[in-house]
Order: sequence, then C-alpha cells, then structure tokens
Amino acid sequence: MSELSVRHLLGIKYLKRSDLDLIFETADHFKEVLARPIKKVPSLRDLTIANIFFENSTRTRLSFELAEKRLSADVINFSAAQSSVRKGETLIDTVNNILSMKVDMVVMRHPNPGAGIFLSNHVKASIVNAGDGAHEHPTQALLDAYSIRERLGEVGGKKVVIVGDILHSRVALSNIFTLQMLGAEVKVCGPRTLIPKYVESLGIGVEYDLKRALQWCDVANMLRIQNERMDMSYFPTTREYTRQFGINKALLDSLEREIVIMHPGPINRGVEITSDVADSSQSIILNQVENGVAIRMAVIYLLASKIK
Amino acid sequence: MSQKVLLSSREIDIILHRLACQLLENHLDFSNSVMIGLQPRGTFLAKRLLGVLQNDYKVRHIPFGLLDITFYRDDFRRGDKTLAASSTQIDFLVEGKRVVLVDDVLYTGRSIRAALTALQSFGRPGEIELLTLIDRRFSRHLPIQPDYRGRQVDAIKEERVKVCWKENEGEDTVYLVSQ
Repeated sequence: MSELSVRHLLGIKYLKRSDLDLIFETADHFKEVLARPIKKVPSLRDLTIANIFFENSTRTRLSFELAEKRLSADVINFSAAQSSVRKGETLIDTVNNILSMKVDMVVMRHPNPGAGIFLSNHVKASIVNAGDGAHEHPTQALLDAYSIRERLGEVGGKKVVIVGDILHSRVALSNIFTLQMLGAEVKVCGPRTLIPKYVESLGIGVEYDLKRALQWCDVANMLRIQNERMDMSYFPTTREYTRQFGINKALLDSLEREIVIMHPGPINRGVEITSDVADSSQSIILNQVENGVAIRMAVIYLLASKIK
Repeated sequence: MSQKVLLSSREIDIILHRLACQLLENHLDFSNSVMIGLQPRGTFLAKRLLGVLQNDYKVRHIPFGLLDITFYRDDFRRGDKTLAASSTQIDFLVEGKRVVLVDDVLYTGRSIRAALTALQSFGRPGEIELLTLIDRRFSRHLPIQPDYRGRQVDAIKEERVKVCWKENEGEDTVYLVSQ
C-alpha cells in the first residue's frame, strides 16, 4: 500500500491498519529530513493550507504550521478569537470564504464533536481534524503510537494505560482506537466520575487504582484534567485527585519494571504528574512533541497526494 | 511483451571495472569526493562500484550515501498513485565536496534534476558529476548528460530498460523490454 484509504483525516476510526503503517513509514522518512541541515522539501509548494482554530492551542497549531512549512506549503492561520465567527457567521460560510481564496487543505480544531466530518460533507477541500471537542484528535494519537513504536520497537502486544480525565478527552478516544488497531492492550484509569459509562464496550479494561494500573502496563499516558470542559465538580479537590491519580517519583520507583511515561501536554506539573517524573529518563514527553512534526508532515503529504 | 538482452553479466562486469577506473582517474583516492547512489534502483550500482573500488583498486575510504528524491520530484499529485519514499542515508555534509551521483538508467533526466535539488539540503557541493549504467539518449526532457556512462542505448518510448542485479533479481543482466 502506498496510498491512504481516505481523503480526509477526520478520526482514527475511519482509518485502516494499512493507513497507520503507511503514515508511520512516511514519518520515518520525514524524521530523517528533519535531521538535515536544511529541513525543508519542496513537495507541496503549489498548495495552500489553512489552519482554522476555533479553540485555543499552542503545541498542535505550531506543530501543524511547522509541518506545513517544512513541506513548502503556503500557510494561513485563523483563530476564532479574532474572527467573524464572533459576529455570527456559520462554520460552512467561514470555511467557504477561506476556500474561495484558493485553499486546498483545511486543518481544523473545533469545540464541537463531529465538526470536521460535517465540514467534509459540505466543502471541497481536504480536512484534517486537529481535535473536535471530546471526540477525536487523530494526529496526537498517531504521534503517541509512533513514539511508543520508536521507544519500544513495536506497539503490538504492549500494555498501555491511559490515566486521568477520560470523559472529556479526545486524546484518549483516538489513542484507544489507534492502539487497538496496532494490537496493543489498553486500559483506562481515573476517578469513576471521569470514566465514561460503557467504556468497556470499546474492548478495553477499566482500573480505578493507579498503582495496580501502573504495575500492569508498559506505557502510561497521563492526561490533563480538562477544567475548561467541566461544567460541574467531578472530584472534591485537585489535591485529592493528585493523591489518588497523580504519578510521582516514589510511585514510579516502587514499580517492578521501568515503564514509559507519556503526556500529550500541556502538563499541569504537580497535578497529574510531578516534575521529577516528567523530566525523568523514562519520560518521552519531548520525543512526542518532536515526532509530532514528522507525523503531521506524513499525514499532510499523503493527503495532499490525493488532491488532484 | 518481448525482451532482449542489452548487457550480459560479463559485459556488466567489464563496464563496472571501466567506470571504476574512470572514477579513479578523476578522483584518485577520493579524499575530497563522495559517492551517492539514488534510491531505489541506483543503490545497487553504487554499492557494486564501491565494492570494485575498495576491493580491486584498494581505495581505502570513500564517503558513501544513499539519496531518496521522492519529496523533490516534479510529478507529485500528477500521477494516479502516491509516490512512495525510500530511506535517505547520508551521514556527512557535501559542502565543498566533489559528488558523484550514481543511477542505473538515465532517461528523461527528471530524477537527476530532483536529486540535484535534494542534494542542496546537505550543503553546497564543490561540483557534481553523474554516472549511469545505461544512457537512453535522445529521450531527455532536461539539459542533463552523464559524465560517466556504461552503455548508450537507443530505445523508443514504448520500450523499457530493465536492469537486474544479482543481489536483487538473482542475475546481472540488462534487458530491453518492448510492451
């Protein structure tokens, strides 16, 4: 297979195993490109990409923008805070206005689940979902799995626990789909209030005890508490959350084997993870960020090759 | 589909030695030169030449790399298929070096054009030379000619030159295939 089975990257659940393998293999090549003195290739020099962010983001937007520029695409940035969306324009109108300026691909983050899918049905451009509400964040899951593959050799057969606010997390859902497709075993761990009902129906395990979860796993992916999405109180205090579901050096050292620590960022140091764990040699948090550019280059390159 | 033999194993062997000697004549001990094979098919020829230079002509050290040109091609989004990349392995800078690019067949010259661009990512070379086993003359789309050639071939557009290597296809032979 040298071609993606999809025209848009809307979510991991629309991809096939062969797509993941192709993206990873292409990302390997781009990683090599990024190690060169001149980290830029001319492939997309005749394409224009719009980054449309209806929700705040630093890492993801920078990573996408860098990936696009490294591929020589022209880039325009749009964030909802400074836009006509505030004046009552609809999503389709906003995007069609941008597309009439001859844009070929749209990278979009939106607070509503399914926004990317909706858009892909109504506009011509290729859509890349950079996070839609609590639904999916496919490029994050791809770079997470890619980073596990890089550190541990392969993803298949590995045990991964996702810890924290699963209920509000698009990273968790995309990660579950990706890891399962690659043959890993997945568990989620967190307070009962932040684990969605019927999450077992995805074929994953649930653990309410952090220590037990960590003893079981090869990789722990620590998620942030998404205070901005919480409309009510899900646990008594942050301090209590940290005591039960935060990872610290003593806990890490008490485990029988060395596990890999991941975090999609932004980190709340001292809440879900302490500084000495985040900065330890077991943490691959910065590798994740580095791999993000290569993964996004791969995704954009492969989708762009389907634009005729 | 019919095919005829353009070069036999014996002829390829003789040509490899001649090309190696021509390279030696210009580059002597390769102290300021590097050899770069183009992915995917130029790498077999490049590795073979490297072997001949090292084993038969005792050149001790030749900086050697493999270059993939996929992301520099000018036909991206123009064909039906996504272009699949191969790996690039160049662990040195070409700044100020004399570079010998190695590919198996020179046809339209477009791959070489892409390779020239790709090479710029590794520094500003002193000069670049081109070595090809087969030169399909009269078929160039660009003003690019080889500095070292194994054999010149006249072939029409409908014909294809197929280069087989022992390590890949089990035999050293060059065929002219008519569709």
